[in-house]
Amino acid sequence: MIIARNLTKRYGKLTALDDVSFTIQAGESVALWGANGAGKTTALRCLLGIHGFEGELSINGVDVRKHGKAARAAIGYVPQETIFYDMSVLETLDFYAHLKKAKVERIAAVLEQVQLGGHSAKRVNALSGGMKQRLALAVALLADPPVLILDEPTANLDVQAQRDFVHTVQSLNQAGKTVVFSSHRLDEVIALGSRVLVLTDGRLALECPPRELAQRLGLHRWLRIWVPEDQREATIALFDREGYTYMPNGRSVYVQISHGGKLAPLRSLELANVTIEDFDLIEGELIVQDERHD
Amino acid sequence: MIDLANIRALAAKELRDALRNRWFIVFTVAFAGLALALSAFTQPSGMQMRAMSFSRTAASLVNLVLLFVPLIGLTLGSANLAGDRETGALTYLLAQPVSRTEVLVGKYLGLAGALLATLMLGYGAAGVTMALQGSIQDAGRYLLTALLAYLVGLAMLSLGFLLSTLARKTAVALGGALFLWLFFVFIGDLGIMGTTVSMHLPIGTVFLIAIINPLQMFKIASILILQASLDVLGPAGLYATDQFGGALLPMLLLGLLLWIVLPLLAAIFLFSHQEGLILKARA
Repeated sequence: MIIARNLTKRYGKLTALDDVSFTIQAGESVALWGANGAGKTTALRCLLGIHGFEGELSINGVDVRKHGKAARAAIGYVPQETIFYDMSVLETLDFYAHLKKAKVERIAAVLEQVQLGGHSAKRVNALSGGMKQRLALAVALLADPPVLILDEPTANLDVQAQRDFVHTVQSLNQAGKTVVFSSHRLDEVIALGSRVLVLTDGRLALECPPRELAQRLGLHRWLRIWVPEDQREATIALFDREGYTYMPNGRSVYVQISHGGKLAPLRSLELANVTIEDFDLIEGELIVQDERHD
Repeated sequence: MIDLANIRALAAKELRDALRNRWFIVFTVAFAGLALALSAFTQPSGMQMRAMSFSRTAASLVNLVLLFVPLIGLTLGSANLAGDRETGALTYLLAQPVSRTEVLVGKYLGLAGALLATLMLGYGAAGVTMALQGSIQDAGRYLLTALLAYLVGLAMLSLGFLLSTLARKTAVALGGALFLWLFFVFIGDLGIMGTTVSMHLPIGTVFLIAIINPLQMFKIASILILQASLDVLGPAGLYATDQFGGALLPMLLLGLLLWIVLPLLAAIFLFSHQEGLILKARA
């Protein structure tokens, strides 16, 4: 069980975490949600005892401030981008196994668990981004810790690697591991989390089940559409006419869409002979909420 | 509570990394090559010439150490933590069940092992050559100078780690290391000479200022071991012999040990307490 009471972290005048309290039960999977700078990574690093902090924080009864090393022994950590030393996969696991007091026999087991069994002799630098994250998960699992802390672990992965990673973590959670993760992705939070803690400017703004997150925060899906400069006005006029909620942004225009309605604005633009240079689907980005034009 | 197993694992990794490091290999090969050349180009004949050859080779090795070993120690130490901090590897390492003291001490010992390998190669190559030429007169004295070289290397490694703890970027730490190297090897001596001339300092003061420099400590201790006299240092040498007599060598050894321990303790203290310098970036 993880207990945080009045957790506060200051960097000089900046308060990165402000009086945050939460409890995470064993076996739960809890997401930290928030915009960049909301305090997600700071909170996770406090849990790891890398940061000093004010307030109380304990993991399975171990005081993180007083016994950081013991608290970390109960945690497997996967950062957004893991920087490994220049070693082979096997050497890397062997090194971290020694630090984690894990049995060497665990190495083969975790390699198989994350499907890296055939890559043990490879240099870490020769691995793809997805494989490196799987290796980071293997390192995290070496000592079979009860708690996994994942800091936007799929942020740098392609779609397939993201799905594989999420699936693996889901299995681990179902097997009884407590998972605490940060994410920007609504679909990931829904797939992986049983509860969401929403951080805004370092404060705990909301706590809810993942499926309620979009509704509670007023999150929507947006299409970001890039059009030629000389067709931008026509695009805005079209979205205005058709009653879309939209927001011009440089050479692109954000347009709010409903579930299952991704194609509608694209079709409208096509019928109006507007050239679509590119488009991207944005899931629940907080940054566009305050600036939209209704 | 310090966990020796963690320190051993970290030291083994650092030693392996250093032995694979291109710059470290270049330094080591250059040092060993020059040490070998110094011993090989001295061709003794006759008993007296052999004795002179040993002293000359050992003295040349001292000069070689004065240039090379501080540079290796300072650069290895300064690039270490700063490099890990810059890449983000340090944050990941500190997220493991290790303490900051274990991390720093483990890394230090690993690089100390690498430094030992360099010196063993250099002194070993020169020693074997001299032995084959029959010019090695006193293996004990030769090994003592090698030990002194190791101590000065460790002192520079400690200073390198201190720089590495203070600097956010590798380039800054390496810049600081090069400045310190220049200071100890060249600028320090020139500064003392200039100050002595301009301020007419008494010889005792000049000597005490000079031996604050760990490289001078090493040089004077090596001369004492190889020649049992400081006559070559002129009036300062005579003053030192007169004032300190047999206590001079232990004093110099103690001084070198302090140069190892104090910067290392300062590095451990700073590394353990300055959180902002440990992390790559604020979240």
